Amino acid sequence: MYRYDEFDHAFVMERVAQFRDQVVRRLNGELTEEEFRPLRLMNGLYLQLHAYMLRVAIPYGVLSSRQLRKLADIATRYDRGYAHFTTRQNLQYNWPKLEDMPDILAELASVEMHALQTSGNCIRNITADQYAGVASDEIEDPRICGEILRQWSSLHPEFSFLPRKFKIAITGSPHDRAAIKLHDIGIVMVRNQAGDAGCEFWVGGGQGRTPVIAKCINSFVPKRDMLSYAEAILRVYNMHGRRDNIYKARIKILVNEIGIEEFSRQTDAQWSHIRNGALDVPAEEIARITAYFAPPAYETLQADPADFTQRRDADPAFAAWVRSNIAAHKIPGYAIVNISLKPIGGIPGDATDVQMHAVADLAERYSFDELRVTHEQNLTLADVRQSDLYDLWRALGEHGLATPNIGLVSDIIACPGLDYCALANARSIPVAQRISERFADLRRQHDIGDLKIKISGCINACGHHHVGHIGILGVDKKGTEFYQITLGGSADENASIGEILGAAFSYDEVVDAVEKVVDTYLKIRNGRDENFLTAVRRTGIAPFKDALYAVH
Amino acid sequence: MQYIKNGKASADEWLHVGMEGELPEKGKLIATLARWQASRDQLLARKAPLGLRLASSESPELIRDDLGRLDLIALEFPIFRDGRAYSYARLLREQYGFQGELRAVGNVLYDQFSFMHRCGFDAYEVQKDVDAQRFARALSEFTVRYQPDPDGSPSAIQLRHQPHRNVKSAGNRP
Repeated sequence: MYRYDEFDHAFVMERVAQFRDQVVRRLNGELTEEEFRPLRLMNGLYLQLHAYMLRVAIPYGVLSSRQLRKLADIATRYDRGYAHFTTRQNLQYNWPKLEDMPDILAELASVEMHALQTSGNCIRNITADQYAGVASDEIEDPRICGEILRQWSSLHPEFSFLPRKFKIAITGSPHDRAAIKLHDIGIVMVRNQAGDAGCEFWVGGGQGRTPVIAKCINSFVPKRDMLSYAEAILRVYNMHGRRDNIYKARIKILVNEIGIEEFSRQTDAQWSHIRNGALDVPAEEIARITAYFAPPAYETLQADPADFTQRRDADPAFAAWVRSNIAAHKIPGYAIVNISLKPIGGIPGDATDVQMHAVADLAERYSFDELRVTHEQNLTLADVRQSDLYDLWRALGEHGLATPNIGLVSDIIACPGLDYCALANARSIPVAQRISERFADLRRQHDIGDLKIKISGCINACGHHHVGHIGILGVDKKGTEFYQITLGGSADENASIGEILGAAFSYDEVVDAVEKVVDTYLKIRNGRDENFLTAVRRTGIAPFKDALYAVH
Repeated sequence: MQYIKNGKASADEWLHVGMEGELPEKGKLIATLARWQASRDQLLARKAPLGLRLASSESPELIRDDLGRLDLIALEFPIFRDGRAYSYARLLREQYGFQGELRAVGNVLYDQFSFMHRCGFDAYEVQKDVDAQRFARALSEFTVRYQPDPDGSPSAIQLRHQPHRNVKSAGNRP
């Protein structure tokens, strides 16, 4: 993974000092809360319902064991012994104190981490495919461009006060696990006819109250030009994005209002002034960063070794975990392991300090000392020998981390909702917990197959409900929580926005409604090979609507 | 309010004029865009240094053809979080080649100085005296920059690979 050099180290230390000064000036009254707000937001510090919340950046979701241990220690020392992994591959502490914040940032800096630009109207932490470097269909490791963009976007003098937040995601594979079409800028690593890897730029995607699928704006930008091209897009947005209404301030609204052709024309006009200039990424820099993401020292192994297959065949519980939580690795004899942070009835994405230490130890022992955070709020050990899987599974199980439900009905994305968030209209977490408990029978989950449920506690859509196969949106009806269900959303390369089924359900009814949707799918599917999303796309929502609302 | 020019507290010789009021016979004037559009001939006839003040909704593109007649552009920051003028400053300096004074006006606070300076501003009407006193400190908070600046200051990338470079051209390569 990337390691800081002298410049990066100096930068984060200077940032810690700067924020320490800002906190002092806030505490002594020199800065009003209104003046302090954008400053603290730019440092990932929110004022929530009950307390401050600190969001720590995990660039493109990659962590070393050492970093995860530090995150665990901060949870122990400055919070309540747990933390929350987010849909943007970051980590949140829910109960830190303002006066501790500079020390927390200094602790983070000691392991090459920060909280810069995890909120605020600036370029946010850049996310990427959690299978970077190990997916068999990968064109190029997305973390290379991710790191180049991370540095460029850090305290950008021109783009720190944008009309609204700005999110960038990158996938190196045609199969998109990073939801790039739901981002302000999405990048797909592609190859041109000459065989060079470059960036396909998508622009204007987003969720929130106006969900929009991004449009392709440039099908091949050479890597050396990626910063000047991104800068051109951001400049057009910064000058022309709406600032009169925060609900219309994202780039998706600008792109829709002027059209992708006009937006593209203006971008090219800006690009022509800055391309081939100081923003060029020199080949030496691309090579320097690429070297950090060189493959680890893989052994030459036999695929599917007998000690692995025999245990899988002998132990149905292990087999179930292998079936749902293991993905194919590009190197024979290795596997990608997904660690579910969705225990039955648990809080999606939460991990205790003890669990974080356990995962750090296991990553060190079994996966080259590194792990990834997924946008679906799970963790990934990307490079595990198949022959180690059984021991790893047992060790994870001791810490409640071996739930075999990745991609299944209980692997739910949920925003913090009304339990934490000042914006929420309804609770999300308890709904996720109750759905998970309703489908607790893992055999039933495996029979249902691939099914992504995503829950947001308000229209801001932090829980990605628009792109859930089943989406659940919490709404407030005269002071009572209600939940609107959508079907058919998807965040992958065939992204789609879910369609609203009908009238919302009460908190007490919503789990029954979800179960009825699932039962309807089981009735109409063309065999087990037709997964939920394919079935909904084939039949439309009519049979589900009928099952839920028709008076029989 | 304090006025800072080229990093130093200075006496401001410029007078702002809006739509109201007579134009003084002599002295340096900064006119709003509306006044410029209404009284262009009178303003030019004064044969005194002239500046224009643009609101954050007024792009410098509107006055691009007049830049040769202008000695100063003042760009407004109506609220802290309205960042349009950062891009306007870069357009003026890097694309339009404006060499005159580029002044930040409005809600100009300590924590913006570095960003403004790096986008090409060289003058500031500072709201709080305490901020103005620490202007130099604001610019020295960071020794590392991840972006090349229009004044030619190198980015971390440039320093990594050309440690001895003396960058003075941030525009197109020749």
